[in-house]
Amino acid sequence: MNIINFTPVSAFLGGSLIGLAVVIFFVFNGRLIGISGIASNFLNSKDNRFDNFLFLLGLILGPIIYKVFTQQEINISISNSFILLAVAGLLVGVGTRIGGGCTSGHGISGIGRFSLRSIVATITFMIIGILTVWIKNLI
Amino acid sequence: MDKKFNMSKIVSLICGIIFGIGLTISQMIDPAKVLGFLNIFGDWDPSLAFVMIGALIISSPFFHLFKNNKKPIFADSFSYSNNKELNKKLIIGSSLFGAGWGLAGLCPGPAIASLALFNTSSIIFVITMFVGFYLVKLSDLTTQAR
Repeated sequence: MNIINFTPVSAFLGGSLIGLAVVIFFVFNGRLIGISGIASNFLNSKDNRFDNFLFLLGLILGPIIYKVFTQQEINISISNSFILLAVAGLLVGVGTRIGGGCTSGHGISGIGRFSLRSIVATITFMIIGILTVWIKNLI
Repeated sequence: MDKKFNMSKIVSLICGIIFGIGLTISQMIDPAKVLGFLNIFGDWDPSLAFVMIGALIISSPFFHLFKNNKKPIFADSFSYSNNKELNKKLIIGSSLFGAGWGLAGLCPGPAIASLALFNTSSIIFVITMFVGFYLVKLSDLTTQAR
């Protein structure tokens, strides 16, 4: 194991903002942030549909606002294999709905409440994610 | 009532924006950063652990401070799942999610936020993710979560 590209300060600051969003949503709207839940409910449920839409709109506006205020480009590096992306997207969509949460819902909102269920889910998707990357790098 | 109704909409938008900026600053919006975090057996980038630590340090105390409050400020009641069941669906679902996460380096939040960058790859991922949400809804396997 080699440690590379380590950026703990920006990671911690960004994470704190994510935590702040979770707190505000909880204290004011009485709901927990889980993006897979908000996104799938926006698609599949009439309850709070406009709230969910506005949250998702904000999620897309966030990076744009960051860019406008800091004048910094956001560089990301993403696969351009459409087959890989489609398979991954399907797995993420199906998996988060069967498992009832994703990185935010289980990993932050769930663990923050000390939910054993969410701790088990987070350990599971971390281990499988690590194994998937390991196998992918072997091929 | 009406005022509360409208305020909750503003809160939703603002929370989405803060969350999206958090994903950007932490670079979790970048799949390469996520794949670096999952690459424990190779060149490892532990940064994303600090995203989680930051988010939990800020949010966790409030869950415990407010859990005995009867009402949130702009809604009539708290509404979230208190499902405690540890079952096969939790493990199978989380495993499928983990496999997709490790394949592309994208989970739902960063995937949707990255639509801001107008790249085709993000769009394909998000569309197929929504197809996945819909398929599970059709098959009635959904675990009502949060």
